[in-house]
Amino acid sequence: MSIALTTQIICFTVLSLVVIIGALGVVLLESIVYSAFLLGGVFMSVAGLYLLLNASFVAAAQVLVYVGAVNVLIIFAIMLVNKKEDLKPIQDIKSRRIISTSICLTLLSLLIRVDLTNVWSLSSPQNSVGEESTIRIGEHLFSDYLLPFELASVLLLMAMIGAIVLARRDVMNKDISTGLPVDQELIEKSSKPLLTNKS
Amino acid sequence: MNLESIPIQAFLITSSLLFCIGIWGLLNSRNAVRVLMSIELMLNAVNINLMAFSSYIDNNLIQGQVFTIFVITVAAAEAAVGLAILLSLYRNRVTVDMESFNLLKW
Repeated sequence: MSIALTTQIICFTVLSLVVIIGALGVVLLESIVYSAFLLGGVFMSVAGLYLLLNASFVAAAQVLVYVGAVNVLIIFAIMLVNKKEDLKPIQDIKSRRIISTSICLTLLSLLIRVDLTNVWSLSSPQNSVGEESTIRIGEHLFSDYLLPFELASVLLLMAMIGAIVLARRDVMNKDISTGLPVDQELIEKSSKPLLTNKS
Repeated sequence: MNLESIPIQAFLITSSLLFCIGIWGLLNSRNAVRVLMSIELMLNAVNINLMAFSSYIDNNLIQGQVFTIFVITVAAAEAAVGLAILLSLYRNRVTVDMESFNLLKW
């Protein structure tokens, strides 16, 4: 990469701080809508980190797929299910928090120890593909990764059909609970949910 | 200290922090949408790891970048199916509280 090292370090520091603080905000903020928009910021900063690693194609894919599709999907889901509800308190919430936090801190210390103590066999930067990474990815996708590439298309088709089937509201002739005929022209009218928790 | 580029450890530590934040959110969220967001955070941490290794260790045959593209594909499919499951759960139980989805609890 042709950027000076100081600029790279400044960019990396800013981007990683945005990633970490944004992720903490996603997890800790009360409002789920703020969390969703912060998640978009985290995805954009991760794309910036990819640019620092000389991977312009993956950065573009990250912006298109994550910010453009996944984040918008999450915001739509929040819009559909965002109802103010009073959550029932859990009695042993404190011990749960302590156990989960200690598990996370243990895993974090283990990972950081491995990161810092292992001697990575870094390759020389002379044979780096650099800006030609997009060409190299295309060659990989159509030669040695051809079968996973085709399987990914089948997976996307299955996910699309599955999502449509799961999210579709079933059209029924008779209402299950009351036995009255359902007004077919107004499927999206407000009705009582079918399998509410009886307890 | 004489550096030639950003050390690989910086990227690895960033991704470790992101992964642990994702796990914490996965274990502690009550809202099902936030659980899905935590899964996305963890997938992004794994992607940063793969990209760092691809750039620093395998910078001629960048197989890590190809792998990252596949992970992004699977993550998009997972988000679509997960949110569809969430919608049908919400339609049947009228809540997104993770504690109330206890039909399979013994």
